[in-house]
Order: sequence, then structure tokens, then C-alpha cells
Amino acid sequence: MDIAPYLLLATLEGLVQASVLTLTALGLSVVFGTMRVVNVAHGEFFMLGAVGAWVCAMLMPGPPWLGFVTALIVAPAIVGLLAAAADWAILKRIDYDPEATIISTIGLMYIIQQVVLMTFGPNAQAVDAPFYYTIRFPWFGYSSYKLFIVVAAIVLVFALWRLMKGSRVGLLMRATQYDKDTAQNFGIPVDRVYSGVFAVGAMMAAIAGVLVVPNQQAHYLMGHDPLLLSFVVVIVGGLGSIPGTIAAAVLIGLSDGLLSVFFTPTLAKIASTLLVALVLVFKPEGLFGKATR
Amino acid sequence: MSVTQFKVEGFNTFYGRSQALRDFGFELKGGEVLCLLGRNGAGKTTALQSVMGTVKPASGQLMLNGENLFGLPAKEIPRRGIGYVPQGRRLFAELTVAENLEIGLQTRKAGREVLDYALDLFPVLKERMDQRSGTLSGGEQSMLSMARAMCVDPLVMMLDEPTEGLMPSAIASIREALVKLRASGVAILLVEQRVDAVLPIADRVAFMDHGRIKAEFGIDEVRNDLSLLHQYVGVSDKAKA
Ligand SMILES: Nc1ncnc2c1ncn2[C@@H]1O[C@H](COP(=O)(O)OP(=O)(O)O)[C@@H](O)[C@H]1O
Ligand SMILES: [Mg+2]
Repeated sequence: MDIAPYLLLATLEGLVQASVLTLTALGLSVVFGTMRVVNVAHGEFFMLGAVGAWVCAMLMPGPPWLGFVTALIVAPAIVGLLAAAADWAILKRIDYDPEATIISTIGLMYIIQQVVLMTFGPNAQAVDAPFYYTIRFPWFGYSSYKLFIVVAAIVLVFALWRLMKGSRVGLLMRATQYDKDTAQNFGIPVDRVYSGVFAVGAMMAAIAGVLVVPNQQAHYLMGHDPLLLSFVVVIVGGLGSIPGTIAAAVLIGLSDGLLSVFFTPTLAKIASTLLVALVLVFKPEGLFGKATR
Repeated sequence: MSVTQFKVEGFNTFYGRSQALRDFGFELKGGEVLCLLGRNGAGKTTALQSVMGTVKPASGQLMLNGENLFGLPAKEIPRRGIGYVPQGRRLFAELTVAENLEIGLQTRKAGREVLDYALDLFPVLKERMDQRSGTLSGGEQSMLSMARAMCVDPLVMMLDEPTEGLMPSAIASIREALVKLRASGVAILLVEQRVDAVLPIADRVAFMDHGRIKAEFGIDEVRNDLSLLHQYVGVSDKAKA
């Protein structure tokens, strides 16, 4: 038996996973990096993106791509507003205390889940892919939509990188991240930076949710796995490090794809959990993180 | 343009239950250097942070050209024209020299001429614009911290031990810059621990202890009677040098 086709397939699947994971984990990582808080409700922003995509597909008549494009714009926008509201209503009031933030975002997680459950019910909902073109390899055909996810993730990561490194807003974000008090001493509106960062982080997860939903059904509990995997990625990559987060997401996404195809998905989960344990023991600042702060 | 009038009055600042400032205050005009001296723990840094609003005084007044800035959000204080060189420089270490200066410029949307003015005072920074500021030497970091505050285009400039741990040559260029800044009409509050560091450029000297201003003198009084220094900071006669 020739192993090459399986290897190719596993790599492709791994890359698709890695792409979704990169977007989701980057959202968590950017929020942690700037605000030093962990958002436990991050998976719910992902879920809201997916549910939003389903709602758009339902409400928009016409071809599937129309609903998809609408969802890609509307879902992150609504989720971003929701996140900014949560920042204003909750996080700001507890002064971004790390522990209080964990507790209150756990609360937020349950609230969002229950509201979605009460509104849309417990059933998983499938959404059509916006296009169906199949790319033919010599051994198998592969969904062009999945490759589109990879391209979309690359574009979005590049956009985030440009925002952080090349824009005025990014400069203010980075200054706030390094030293909040000194940032205020130079007139930087730290509170607005925080709510903006929290919104952007949530929007990254929501976009990932929209992208994933043609492959995976929308469901009110679907946020758990992305949250856990994002934690894994963010810990392995080094908390708050963007390049580290990307590298770790690709590493974990690929190994997940390979192990799932050649062995079982369970083994893949065991492996990534083991990786986290090893990293936490031997290199707690993360594989790619700096041992500062 | 009228002369800047800056007045801090009746600051009482607490850390939990311990009081770090007690009825603290001073007055300062444009084109003047007031030196605030005092031992470690006297409350100098707390005083500056209380002005900047990153530490919140329980009571007080903060008047700049007739406007009371007391109680404004911290981000508004620099926007009204108060430049700050924090103790320990507090550069954004991961950002480049140019980016640190950009942070200063955006505070009051100062123009490029303000940047050029700051860079002319510290030309060594010009060659380091794309370097990460954390990799600069101690002297260069101090100069950058001061240049960043100058990019605010301040009416008032507050410096917290800017010469701490520096070599004499670096101290000299900081001093020189302060003299030019004063000549341009900026009101300067200079915090130091060592008297000899400030005697050459001070117009007035205030001594601080236990969160209070104990005494204030014109520089001539201090020069004529160095026993004042003994009395208030217990320094040696090296200060004459
Ligand atoms: N963040 C803080 N929390 C509690 N106490 C502080 C804090 N900062 C300073 N202090 C205390 O306030 C007093 C004044 O400190 P500080 O303003 O740093 O003095 P100085 O700058 O003159 O050395 C000291 O007793 C110091 O221990
Ligand atoms: Mg101090």
C-alpha cells in the first residue's frame, strides 16, 4: 500500500484544523497578551459565529454563498459588539482582576449557551458550503471549500499582523500591552484599547465559527473543544505571543490531523494534552514564549 | 504667549491605610526648574504619579493655567500638556526608538518639528531609530525617555531621577537638554536624590520628607548656606563641588 496519499490527506485535514485553531487561539492570545485576562467564554464567541452562519443561511434566500458572505460580515460584527458590551458591563467593573475575570466569564459562557439553547433549540444544524467545487488529486478529491478556509486564515492572520505592527491602533495596543500605566501617562485611552482588543479577540473566534460550520454542525455546546484546544495552543505557544500561537496551532493542528488519520482522534487528543503537560513542566513560558514577566 | 502657571495643592495620597503624601503641594512657572529632593521613600515618585493620575490622591487641587485638572482620568493629564519621565525610564522596551517617540507625539498630536527638536537635543537617538529601545545603553534609554516626554510638546515637564545610575557624560547631556527646555519656557519639576546632581540647574529647591514638603529655598540661599542641605537631606559637603 502506498502511504503518500494518506499522508497528503492527513496533512490537508491537519492544515484545515490548524487554520481554524489559529484564528480561535489568536483571539484568546491577543486578549491575554494585552489585558492579562483569560476569557473562558471565548468558545462561546466561536459558537455564536457558527450559529450566526446557520441563521444567515436560513434567513437569506438565494445561493448558499450569499448567506455565507453575509454571515462572514454580520456574525463577527454582532459578536464584537457583544464582547465590547461584556467588557463594559463586566470586565471593566471588576478592574480586569484575573481571577474575577475567569469566574465572571464562566458565568458569561453559561448565559450565552442557555440563551442560544432557548432561542434556537438543542439540535445541531448543518449549513451548506458556499461552493462545492472539488479539487481532484490523483488519488482522491478534496473540498475546495476546506482549502478556502486555509487561505482565509492566512489572510486574516496577515491582516492582524499588519494591524498590530503597521498601524497606529496597533502601536497603541502594543504600548498598552507592555506597560499600561506608562501608556496612560502618554494619553493612551487604555479602557478603549481594552474593549477594542476584547472585541477583536471575540471576532476572530466568531469568524472561525462561521468558517467551520459547513464542515461541522452548529450547536449550542460546540464551543467547548475550540476553547480547550485554544488553551492548549496558547500554553504551548507561549501566552500572549502571536508568532508562538501560530506556530503552536499549526503544530497541534497538523499532528491532530496526522494522528487522527493514521490512528484515532482519541490518540490525537491524548497527544496534545500530553504536550501541554510536558510544556507546563519543562518550559512553562511556552515553546516559543520568552521567559520574561 | 503667556507664562505657564502650574500649581499642586493639598495632595493627600494613601496606599491602603498608609499615607504617602500629606498636604503635599508646590508652585511652578514656565521657564523655571524646581528640584524636589528627598530620601528614598520620602514620597517623590508618589507625588509625580499623583499628579499624573495613575495614583489617585484622596484630595487636592491641580491647577494648570487656571484649569483644575484634579480628578480627571489619567489619560487626560498628559493631553493637557504634562510630560513625564518616570523613574526607571519605563520605556516600551519591545518597541523601537521611533515607536517610543511616536507614542509621545500622538499624546497631543504634536508635529514633526517637535520630534526634530527632541532629536536635535539627543542626536545619538537619530542613529538608533529602528533599534528596540530595550537594547539601548542606560544613558541612551534615559535620553529616549526624556525625548519621548518632549514629544508630548509639554508645558510642564516632570522628571523622576533621570540621572539615576548614569555616567557623567550622559548626565551632562540630560542637564544640557533641561537647560534648553527651560529656556523655551517649559516649567520643570526635577526629582533627584543627590543634591549635587541638581545644584547647577535648579532655580528653587524643595525638600521632602514623609510625604510632605519640609522647606523650600531659592537656589542662592542654598548656595550661600550649604548647611541647609545638611539639615534637610544630610548630604556631605561634596555638594559644593
Ligand atoms: N504601590 C505602592 N503600594 C504601597 N506602598 C507604596 C507604593 N509605592 C510606594 N509606596 C510607599 O510609599 C512611600 C513613598 O514611596 P515613593 O513615592 O516611591 O518614594 P520616593 O520616590 O521618594 O523614593 C514609601 O513608604 C513606599 O514604601
Ligand atoms: Mg522614587
